[in-house]
Amino acid sequence: INHIVHNGGLYKRPFNEAFEETPMLVAVLTYVGYGVLTLFGYLRDFMRQWKIEKCQNATEREEQKDFVPLYQDFENFYNRNLYMRIRDSWNRPICSVPGAKVDMMERVSHDYNWTFTYTGRVIKDIINMGSYNYLGFAQNAGTCQEAADKVLSQYGAGVCSTRQEMGNLDKHEELEKLVARFLGVESAMAYGMGFATNSMNIPALVGKGCLILSDELNHASLVLGARLSGATIRIFKHNNMQSLEKLLKDAIVHGQPRTRRPWKKILILVEGIYSMEGSIVRLPEVIALKKKYKSYLYLDEAHSIGALGPSGRGVVEYFGLSPEDVDVMMGTFTKSFGAAGGYIGGKKELIDYLRTSSHSAVYATSLSPPVVEQIITSMKCIMGEDGTTVGKARVQQLAENTRYFRRRLKEMGFIIYGNEDSPVVPLMLYMPAKIGAFGREMLKRNIGVVVVGFPATPIVESRARFCLSAAHTKEMLDTALKEINEVGDLLQLKYSRHRLVPLLDRPFDETTYEETED
Amino acid sequence: MDIKRVKDYIHWLYYQYLLITCSYVLEPWERSMFHTITVTVFAMVVYTAYVFVPIHVRLAFEFFSQIFGGQPESMV
Repeated sequence: INHIVHNGGLYKRPFNEAFEETPMLVAVLTYVGYGVLTLFGYLRDFMRQWKIEKCQNATEREEQKDFVPLYQDFENFYNRNLYMRIRDSWNRPICSVPGAKVDMMERVSHDYNWTFTYTGRVIKDIINMGSYNYLGFAQNAGTCQEAADKVLSQYGAGVCSTRQEMGNLDKHEELEKLVARFLGVESAMAYGMGFATNSMNIPALVGKGCLILSDELNHASLVLGARLSGATIRIFKHNNMQSLEKLLKDAIVHGQPRTRRPWKKILILVEGIYSMEGSIVRLPEVIALKKKYKSYLYLDEAHSIGALGPSGRGVVEYFGLSPEDVDVMMGTFTKSFGAAGGYIGGKKELIDYLRTSSHSAVYATSLSPPVVEQIITSMKCIMGEDGTTVGKARVQQLAENTRYFRRRLKEMGFIIYGNEDSPVVPLMLYMPAKIGAFGREMLKRNIGVVVVGFPATPIVESRARFCLSAAHTKEMLDTALKEINEVGDLLQLKYSRHRLVPLLDRPFDETTYEETED
Repeated sequence: MDIKRVKDYIHWLYYQYLLITCSYVLEPWERSMFHTITVTVFAMVVYTAYVFVPIHVRLAFEFFSQIFGGQPESMV
């Protein structure tokens, strides 16, 4: 179902997001599958308990059997009895740069995935549909690598101090000015780790007596930061503006729970692109609500910076809004810039305050110089300041790849979640056995995918997640689509009941969906 | 050639059965145990249906035809 939302003229372009419902038969069969696995899990646990079978996970020593248990056995039920059986689809060791094609070390297991041994063979040139390499900057040759090389010979690799003490290099100052210019904000600050940016800076911004309104599907780093801060947390339904408005109204009208005092601060935590759903936040509406109820907005653009917007400036540019409306713009350098680390951008007073009071600035080691140089070079490339149009070409290539890939997958009949323009494409698998089967079958056909199951997604909705890249050529995408089609037929994954009529002009077209058949 | 296609099709159906019931991830001895139980239950269901369903259907048909068809007969 494609619905176009025009909310009082806030949206300048159509917002096409779709989450097709799980077919009833598939849901029932998924539960049947989990039921069978649970029964066999109980059987195996029984055998392990009564020593009929050797127990291969962590247990206490004999002398400690009477002590308080160290390992809580039942909590790992799911881990022992399902995850272990299909574990070979995760933690696969790669031995080359994670670009559009990657090399992987082959492993086999002789005791059903409890231990792995390497055969010594290296599987070469696997099409990489799993790395967050949106603009293709994960390269081991080219301008970024040469610049990083020079800086490595000048500064070395280690910084050996925190930002506040002796770790503030001139490279960091240059990076921060560049990031502020790129985003269109007054000032920015860069940290060594993206997860730590969220979890260590939210406690510096809010505390007890403040209210945090966080989206249902926010990332673990945002949840951890919110919990660490000690503020009251209320959750609104994913991307649902009516739910958010209701929470805001209640917060303003009723105030704090017992004392009825007004909240000191209300902070709304949203992400630019949600990586498990592929959905884009409804930013115009969030900003309108924020202004109406006078609260603050924290936008986590981990996946959307570099990947959305006509010149790669992220979700704010994608909707045509002003960066001044977002109070705290956070993002990471891991995904589109091919480096590591995170940043926070905003008004000068805010960033100056964070420089002194953020845990990450005071205690964590700062970014390593070659990494900083990679970020600087790639950001200049995207902005076009290195004199070429490579950056703009990459942003456009990513957008074309996204639209093409999503359209072809929908035509084939798979259920795909998320917004039309998001480079993260989740393909629904639902049944637990298909999680393992999909990963293995795609690897046999030389395509590397990431499959996701229970703790990261709801139990019925397991999925395979494709991350598109500007480094993927059309031939690679066509090969991948052909193999996905084959595996989809083999595993019966084409659950979608909406059939798109394919347009006659197939390749690379800026098409909007005009004909849908139910 | 046809025999091979039929065999491939049956193999594919078996693969779907393994995927849907999650016996694809089980170890071989667990799989044999699961197949034995499934086949036993299925055989019992089929046997029960074969023995009881025709008799029940005939009795039900006679019962209902007596109620509806029986009225004009008794008036005449």
